[in-house]
Amino acid sequence: MVIRVNGLAKSFKVAKRSSGLTEALKALFYRKHTIVQALQDISFSIEPGEIVGYIGPNGAGKSTTIKVMSGILVPDQGTCEIMGFTPWKNRANYVKNIGVVFGQRSQLWWDVPVIDSFELLKDIYKVSYHDYQENLTMLIDLLNLKDIIHTPVRQLSLGQRMRCEIAASLIHNPKILFLDEPTIGLDAVSKIAVRKFIQDYAKEKKVTVVLTTHDMSDIEALATRIILIGKGQLFYDGSVTTLRESYGSQKILTIDYQKSNVELDTSLQSLILSKTEERIILRVDTKTANVSKIIGQLSSQVELIDVSIEAEPIEDIIIKLYKEYQI
Amino acid sequence: MKPYYSVLRLRLVHGMQYRSAAFAGMATQFFWGFMYIMIFEAFFSHTNSNPPMTLEQVVAYIWLQQAFLALIALWFRDNEIFDLITKGNIAYELCRPCDLYGFWYAKLLAQRISAALLRSIPILLVVFILPEPYRLTIPENIETLLLFVMTMFVGLFILVAISMFIYISVFLTMSPTGSLLMLGVVGEFFAGLIIPIPFMPDWLQAIAYALPFRWTMDFPFRIYSSNISETDAWVGLGIQLVWLFVLVSLGRIALKGALNKVVVQGG
Repeated sequence: MVIRVNGLAKSFKVAKRSSGLTEALKALFYRKHTIVQALQDISFSIEPGEIVGYIGPNGAGKSTTIKVMSGILVPDQGTCEIMGFTPWKNRANYVKNIGVVFGQRSQLWWDVPVIDSFELLKDIYKVSYHDYQENLTMLIDLLNLKDIIHTPVRQLSLGQRMRCEIAASLIHNPKILFLDEPTIGLDAVSKIAVRKFIQDYAKEKKVTVVLTTHDMSDIEALATRIILIGKGQLFYDGSVTTLRESYGSQKILTIDYQKSNVELDTSLQSLILSKTEERIILRVDTKTANVSKIIGQLSSQVELIDVSIEAEPIEDIIIKLYKEYQI
Repeated sequence: MKPYYSVLRLRLVHGMQYRSAAFAGMATQFFWGFMYIMIFEAFFSHTNSNPPMTLEQVVAYIWLQQAFLALIALWFRDNEIFDLITKGNIAYELCRPCDLYGFWYAKLLAQRISAALLRSIPILLVVFILPEPYRLTIPENIETLLLFVMTMFVGLFILVAISMFIYISVFLTMSPTGSLLMLGVVGEFFAGLIIPIPFMPDWLQAIAYALPFRWTMDFPFRIYSSNISETDAWVGLGIQLVWLFVLVSLGRIALKGALNKVVVQGG
């Protein structure tokens, strides 16, 4: 067990004020605060080498958990043990072992070339010259940084900057990687590049990765396990396959056939999503209906040209989960 | 020490790029310098009482002020650190294996030194060859010069320790304007930046001597012009070191307190 989180809770005090001048004047003397419970009783544990997708809607407490686990925030309650350390207690010794990427923030010095920031990080983490060179060569190669490493950060595009940010977090060869929305705002090509990199890197270095994202294709491509939280509570913790089995029993069936005006009989258990003279799209719940029987029934009525069966997109499964737990 | 040295070096190299800012700064500093000296010249030619400093000493006081402004002005600030706190990028600084106080301290120190290097040398070169009474005189002997350099350095360390409080206060107030203005105005007045401390009324001098601010500039500048004797200078150096220790310790405690309650702004 490399990460063990038990009963974590954290609340924030948020100042509240209605709009308008009178309200603003009132707030001079008396301030209303509400307590926002960002995390309540979160527990999980992660084995070495796992890639865990940490998901939930906006404001669920994902980033707060990451910040607690990286030693930045002190929780109100609960324990957290990572590689034998309590993150917020022996911060300096602990953080040497972790790499953190906050997709919405920047750690590179804005006005100086990327390589200068890297070298500063090398000194901050006391990485030996040899390890640094070796690591840097690998990162430059995997993330394709060769052409941008001597450019000041302010002149990089978002995708280029994010690749550099990720490299910066890995200069010191961390054992655990916390990625807080590493693909936010990236285009499809950059997203795939970042994803592929995380995959290759995790495999090669055998690091444990905790990843938060809103992009479910990130989760599909990377994570073997997901933890779902909402409103500060934990709702689901398990493998992606189990999730599919229990929530993703529905398949989307698309059938193309010879133009025909026959009124199709689709009495078997399925839901018609769309229907034209040449194509019908059905949603079939494999728990209650049999896909092959439906195809058989249709082929007896029209001449089939093409049949495709798709699993329900993970995005929809997650939405279903959100709905089920009302988060 | 390596990380602190690295951040110092990077900042230093980076800060040296701002040449046009340095030129503009130099022009301003000459303007202020001449203006102040003219005011004091008028004052000295009409005063009957015995002034606490000679005109020559005042001229040295003013030129040193102008040349080393980057080392003594409290309003000279690092907006990056303010942004870090108010916009939430502090998250990254907090997951580094080094001590944040030392890290910021090194950064601020480097910024002041790089700015001062660019400005002070040209100003000093010019003011040493100006005609009387505007000329900056050289110190009486080599020992005075050495004492000046030493106390100036310790003074700079004290100043950076004072300025750290401005940054720490931003954790609470979320805006640098208030503390910058308050500490800036009060600190610079009691450091002797507006009028040299010996010219203040006695009760005001008493306050100035009780506060740490004068040790950052008034003290070394008066050593330079031999307004403060050598013995007093050695004693003062000791007091400087005590202040430095006190301010750094308080700053560390304050930062630790702020970090325990830190909220990373902006999600």
